[in-house]
Amino acid sequence: MTAQEVRLCGLLLQEHFGDVVEKVGTHLICSGVLTLRALAHETKLPLDLVKKSLCVLMQHGMCAFGAGRRGPAGPVEYHIICEHILHMLRYPRYIYTAKSLYGDTGELIVEEILQSGQMTMSSTVKTVADRLTHNMPEGQSMDYSEVVSAFSRLVETHFLQRCPPMASAGSSSSGAVNTPLPAVTQPTKPEDHPECYRLPYINLTGQGKRRRSSEDGEAEQRAAKKAKTDNSERGDEGIYWQVNFQRFHLHFRDQAIISAVSCKLDQASSEIVRTMLRMSEVTTPAHAAFTQALSANEIFRAFPSSYNIARPILDQYLTLLVDDPMEFVGRTGDSGGGMYVVNLHRALANLARATLESVVQERFGSRSARIFRLLLRKRHLEQKQVEDFAMVPAKEAKYMLYTLLSENLVQLQEIPKTPDYAPSRTFYLYTVNQLPTARLLLQHCYKTVGNLIERRLYETKENKRLLEKSQRIEAILASLQATGAEAAQLTEVEEMITAPERQQLETLRHHINKLDSSENQVDETIFLLESYINSTQAPP
Amino acid sequence: MAGSRGRGRSQFSFSVDALGFGRGDSLPSSAHTPSPLFPPMQFRPVPLHTGEEVDYMLALKQELRASSKNLPFHIKAARTKTDVAHYSDKYQNGETKNNCIEWSPDWSRMPKELCIKVRKPRKTGAKPQLTRKPKVAAGKEEVLQKLETLEKREEEQHSEEEEDEEKKKQNEEEPDADEDYDEEDLEDETDYIMSYFDNGEDFGADSDDNMDEAVY
Repeated sequence: MTAQEVRLCGLLLQEHFGDVVEKVGTHLICSGVLTLRALAHETKLPLDLVKKSLCVLMQHGMCAFGAGRRGPAGPVEYHIICEHILHMLRYPRYIYTAKSLYGDTGELIVEEILQSGQMTMSSTVKTVADRLTHNMPEGQSMDYSEVVSAFSRLVETHFLQRCPPMASAGSSSSGAVNTPLPAVTQPTKPEDHPECYRLPYINLTGQGKRRRSSEDGEAEQRAAKKAKTDNSERGDEGIYWQVNFQRFHLHFRDQAIISAVSCKLDQASSEIVRTMLRMSEVTTPAHAAFTQALSANEIFRAFPSSYNIARPILDQYLTLLVDDPMEFVGRTGDSGGGMYVVNLHRALANLARATLESVVQERFGSRSARIFRLLLRKRHLEQKQVEDFAMVPAKEAKYMLYTLLSENLVQLQEIPKTPDYAPSRTFYLYTVNQLPTARLLLQHCYKTVGNLIERRLYETKENKRLLEKSQRIEAILASLQATGAEAAQLTEVEEMITAPERQQLETLRHHINKLDSSENQVDETIFLLESYINSTQAPP
Repeated sequence: MAGSRGRGRSQFSFSVDALGFGRGDSLPSSAHTPSPLFPPMQFRPVPLHTGEEVDYMLALKQELRASSKNLPFHIKAARTKTDVAHYSDKYQNGETKNNCIEWSPDWSRMPKELCIKVRKPRKTGAKPQLTRKPKVAAGKEEVLQKLETLEKREEEQHSEEEEDEEKKKQNEEEPDADEDYDEEDLEDETDYIMSYFDNGEDFGADSDDNMDEAVY
């Protein structure tokens, strides 16, 4: 874990779960693996608070535990899974994707599960139905069956998966009917479980309940008791569902490839690539370098009915895609009218390269970008060659190269002619290595998001008094309107905020929106660079 | 090899052309301070993406942030007890305690050592008010009973029992009553010494003989 990642994780934990969890989480990230007692001792927090924080982190899948170094008999050791904390940045994107694929119902299901970490199917369905009913006009309510069908579709396409069951390590079951709960239960990977995507059988009928604002505590307690007794009849006790982040990432990757093709070529080519990716969704494993080979005939048959192009035109487009220097699509055989694959890893590498070039262009200008692209293409070049190929005057080329060198985007490689590395007899070659540069930029991105969050917290803190005042006035206005006050009273309350204060609030809101939006946008770059770096590593 | 030095006088081991500046040019000044915190940018950054999708995700992000503060997963440390008891303490309900957790996780999926008591979320106001009234009524009866028992007891034990009463009734609203005051004080031990009081009975009780002395 790099320093920037730790800082960003700390900020995200603090934003969502408070200071206590942040302290526990960052300490555990920095220390690696710790037992409960050691963690409580080192963070100097009360033991109960540490227990609560660990429960929260485990509920959200950010912390895992395992048998310690002393084996199953010793104390349990905990460690943090940093990627899951960093995924918190991407929650809005996951929810929006679910909305675009499965509508409002899908959106709410994913949102509920993301916020709670893990949920059973029945409780998710009930909560989502209630929320949808709340937003519907009076008299209508959401039926459970619709929510169940949306849930099933999400599971079928692997966007949701079961939480892996705990395999007990070292439990002693000597024929007793009720084995005591083992002190250490070992979590397993979700994919190892064969029933990962199997829906449980539950009998859940009914409709969402509208929550009245005037309901008193008694009725809610009765409803809560009823819900508890109902739960035992549902039939899916102990089966928890979590969001399958990897599937969402594959979806984002496909989206990025399709939009890149549509930008570079045209709409028709992007439709072809979309069809190819859709066909190979389920057959391609997660870390594959290219999709399964698809014949041109199959692609033609799999086109959506709304989109029809003639067969020879399809062949022309496929040839165009194969010949494109971006190499999104490759041809692997001739049977069936030609066998084509989508080169996933190469596409990711090209997308990352485009990101790097764009960063250099925006920070240092188009001529520096030209030099950068040149070095990417030609690998190693001397000073003189750079000037000639880039068609940039010598002095400026030198200046730009040195600027890029000082930012670590370009490296210098020395090739000596003589063993003593004498400067007059050594070749100095400039080079760009894509992978280390991508890693460098990724760390810059983490630092950027950390800075954005801190700036937003600072802005909020500066204007805390004003924000609280405006919240109070809104609350007063809302209660006045609910009790039906007249317009004069409302305007009187509204005037409690003066015009310059209103102006200040407006600028504050504008700044915070901008900072939030920037976070979302930087996260898109983070996703691309992370996917590229992960694709270069050997699959686990 | 260092051997080729000394042929020409000012001959460096590398040719200055390769470095990129001529002989007479001044070297760029060396940096004395760390680079500024907000260095001036050469180019303005590209404006952010706009569009319906971007706005929706922005709204989602802000909503998620706001709602996560109300969830039971947002853990706040319990306030440490100060020595001073505030008036507002009795009106603040639902104070988080460190040893209860506000949601019920599935304990079978977690190590046993993490298990803490689960606290049901209390509804505001209903319970404290209900329990207060019976306590107040009981308090009055208690006081009456105490008074009766104290009347029968010896006076030396009064002060000790007063302290016990106060400890039992610490959480209650009504002020701790009526310390039983010693009834002895009323009659005998006033601030005034009885012998100084002259109630006039002796006036004129002196003998009337020897009336030749004038009476002033």
